[in-house]
Amino acid sequence: MKVLIIGAGIIGAACARTMSRRGIDVTILERGSAVGATSSAGEGNLLLSDKAPGPELALATYSLDLWRRLPAALADEIGNFTSIEFEAKGGLVVATSAEESAGLAQLAEAQRGAGVEARLLSVDETLELEPDVTPSMIAAVHYPQDAQVQPTIATEALLASARAAGARVLVDTLVTGSRRDASGRVVGLTTNRGDFDADHVVVAAGPWSGEVATRLGGTLDVGPRKGWLLVTTPMAHRIAHKVYDANYVGAVQSDGGERQFATVLESTAAGTVLIGSSRENVGFDADADVAAWGAIAARAVRLMPALRDAAIMRAYCGFRPFSRDHLPVIGADRDVAGLWYAAGHEGAGIGLAPGTAELLTALLLGAPTDIPAEPFSSLRPSLARAA
Amino acid sequence: MTPDVLVIGAGPAGLAAARAASRVGATVALLDASDYVGGQYWRHLPASRAALDQSVLHHDWSSFLALRDEIEGDPRCDVVTSAHVVAIDGDGVHVLIGASDGRDRERRVYRAAAVVLATGAFDRALPVPGWDLPGVFTAGGAQALAKGERVAVGERVVVAGTGPFLLPVAASLGQAGSRVVGVFEASPASRLLRHWLARPWEFGATPDKVGELARYAWGQLRERVPYHVGQAVTAIHGDDHVTSVTVSTLDSSWRPLARGSRTIEVDAVCLGHGFTPRLELAIAAGSRLSAQRFVEVDADQRTSATPYFAAGEITGIGGVDLALAEGAIAGHVAARGRADDLELRHARHARHALVRFATRIDAAHAIGSNWSTWLTPATIVCRCEDVTFGDLLRVSRQSRATGLRSLKLLSRAGLGPCQGRVCGRSVEALLEVRAPGGHLTGGSTMDRRPISTPVRLGELATWTTPEVRKP
Repeated sequence: MKVLIIGAGIIGAACARTMSRRGIDVTILERGSAVGATSSAGEGNLLLSDKAPGPELALATYSLDLWRRLPAALADEIGNFTSIEFEAKGGLVVATSAEESAGLAQLAEAQRGAGVEARLLSVDETLELEPDVTPSMIAAVHYPQDAQVQPTIATEALLASARAAGARVLVDTLVTGSRRDASGRVVGLTTNRGDFDADHVVVAAGPWSGEVATRLGGTLDVGPRKGWLLVTTPMAHRIAHKVYDANYVGAVQSDGGERQFATVLESTAAGTVLIGSSRENVGFDADADVAAWGAIAARAVRLMPALRDAAIMRAYCGFRPFSRDHLPVIGADRDVAGLWYAAGHEGAGIGLAPGTAELLTALLLGAPTDIPAEPFSSLRPSLARAA
Repeated sequence: MTPDVLVIGAGPAGLAAARAASRVGATVALLDASDYVGGQYWRHLPASRAALDQSVLHHDWSSFLALRDEIEGDPRCDVVTSAHVVAIDGDGVHVLIGASDGRDRERRVYRAAAVVLATGAFDRALPVPGWDLPGVFTAGGAQALAKGERVAVGERVVVAGTGPFLLPVAASLGQAGSRVVGVFEASPASRLLRHWLARPWEFGATPDKVGELARYAWGQLRERVPYHVGQAVTAIHGDDHVTSVTVSTLDSSWRPLARGSRTIEVDAVCLGHGFTPRLELAIAAGSRLSAQRFVEVDADQRTSATPYFAAGEITGIGGVDLALAEGAIAGHVAARGRADDLELRHARHARHALVRFATRIDAAHAIGSNWSTWLTPATIVCRCEDVTFGDLLRVSRQSRATGLRSLKLLSRAGLGPCQGRVCGRSVEALLEVRAPGGHLTGGSTMDRRPISTPVRLGELATWTTPEVRKP
């Protein structure tokens, strides 16, 4: 079986690794460079905490289990590669108002019912875990399962593993259209570097997936949702957990008409602190935006006043692949045979990548899936409703 | 803050732009991050500490004094020093006024009818084994210490690298009390002769430049500083400080030859391999760059992004006279001066000849393609993050990555506090030739830095509301 994957971000890389290790002949076609966009512009979140019970949490739980096994598996597959910095550091969600606090306790309760470890903490317990959180907080929930990886390195490691299993990664290769047989089935792609044959084509082009689907004659409503991150200079000060404000869950689930801000703070292995983030649906505009940085900074200082004097040396923006019902599309195009999607993970693509790869590979092979795939189908009713 | 013309950078180009804009009646704000105007080129001691006649230390000191006095005495021109431009966005030019590592600094947003970017260039030093030892300086850094602080970097010093800039650096070191035991120009004699002696009739158009170089050459002879061509410092030795250097003879691609290397005892080394333009603000403004990675400008010094103009080293490395000419044109046009102005015509005429001169220098002193042969796997390339040449080789080989962002994160090169300002071009060059296909893909470079100077989180936290406008 020959599969062409469009896009060498985390989703394309994870799919390429899983498929090539099952004996599928995989070629990734990447317009620019591998990991050149969304997958290298985020924190590398592997979170359960920001997900309400439902299909996304099921996929996140399934994926997190696969992530835990990846460092050892990758060591076998590609040897002495740069560490992907997998760390189960745990998440700490902090409520600073009575309203947030009530919502957070309710969410944690529901998540516990779905098997997530979520422990409600008092102010004192919270400050013991993270002494620099604002003492004016009301309540917090500790999620010990939340983890992270360095997303760029992780993607490159998955690509290296895929290559070791026989996959090809072609950069500077722009897909211009699909090739069809008499029945309308996709049997290959046209590119700026010539034509390619395939039994199946997978669109894993992140926020460009909707645009690519249209180019191939398919239907997919996935577009960009912009976000900014600030980066401090390396600091001795360490934040042990992923610390975020309870508003984050609301922002993640919001519909993106207006600009949303929610604080997420964490130290990286290199000693910098990442400070996020914003969400807005404004196309692919990457121009600087001081007011957005200011809003992120103001919220961050409220959540952790000790960061007031931290020096910000860099701001970068990325584009999350936004799907209207906040669920990725993992499965076949609703009309075009041979055309598949693994796209629309919004800000959770790093965390959801290994599970997405397993699901899609099973669907391609006609094998049973480990978790139900229907909620991610392009035919699901919530997509029709949202449109 | 709404001047007619905002000028960013008060080196030669910025000073000339501010003067030209004011002369045609515009209100001007001239910003510079340092405490004094003059830029790197006219870096000097504050008046309260000036002990020596500055004209001894500075070429063209009288032109600087005239320029500075005119601007500082000009009621239409607001000179703002210690002004750090943090970012440019659709709202304006965002500036903090105060110490570079200050907190709670004054915030200003400039919304000018035209902006002249005159941000200049950093001096560049290629990595050399041992270049992270105390006692090693960039040529520009050593010159700044000599000219600005009157500090000699060492007693026995070598100056190595490429370009005519090595000569004034050696002269400044001598004036500050160092003994310059050698100046080593890596470009071979054949290349220098080919480009310096080509089209001799052009020299008639730039007699000042020729005179300037002749003066430095004469100064070297008089001071008996040995000037060597086709040679480079290819290793620097010492335990906790520089004690000696290895000087090698190079082939035309800068690969050290087996024969002809020797050791010289020194206590300081100055390395200068040309200049890297400071492009982040031009990129933030949306200005297009050339293939050589300078800001593209038209005959009026306009960039591709309205209302931004650019002048000086960010449009191409050309030296003080070209910067003055470009600044004069940019300032005049930005202030909507008359197109038939006599001074504008003079400046255009000077620019034409000086650009040709700069092209000649570029060709004569281009960096050789095989300079990396003098590196060892243990040579530090990125000094902020302690990334070695061996680290770059390893991540490139293991990942086969062609994207700069991947390679930076895999190796951590360019991710430290300097954000690739020191090592960026060298890291890119080292990775480029090793990438599968022989080039990097995706178009990313280290020049894009939306935050152009560090800002404290607490300062940024007050930037959510519009600046309070002064009446």
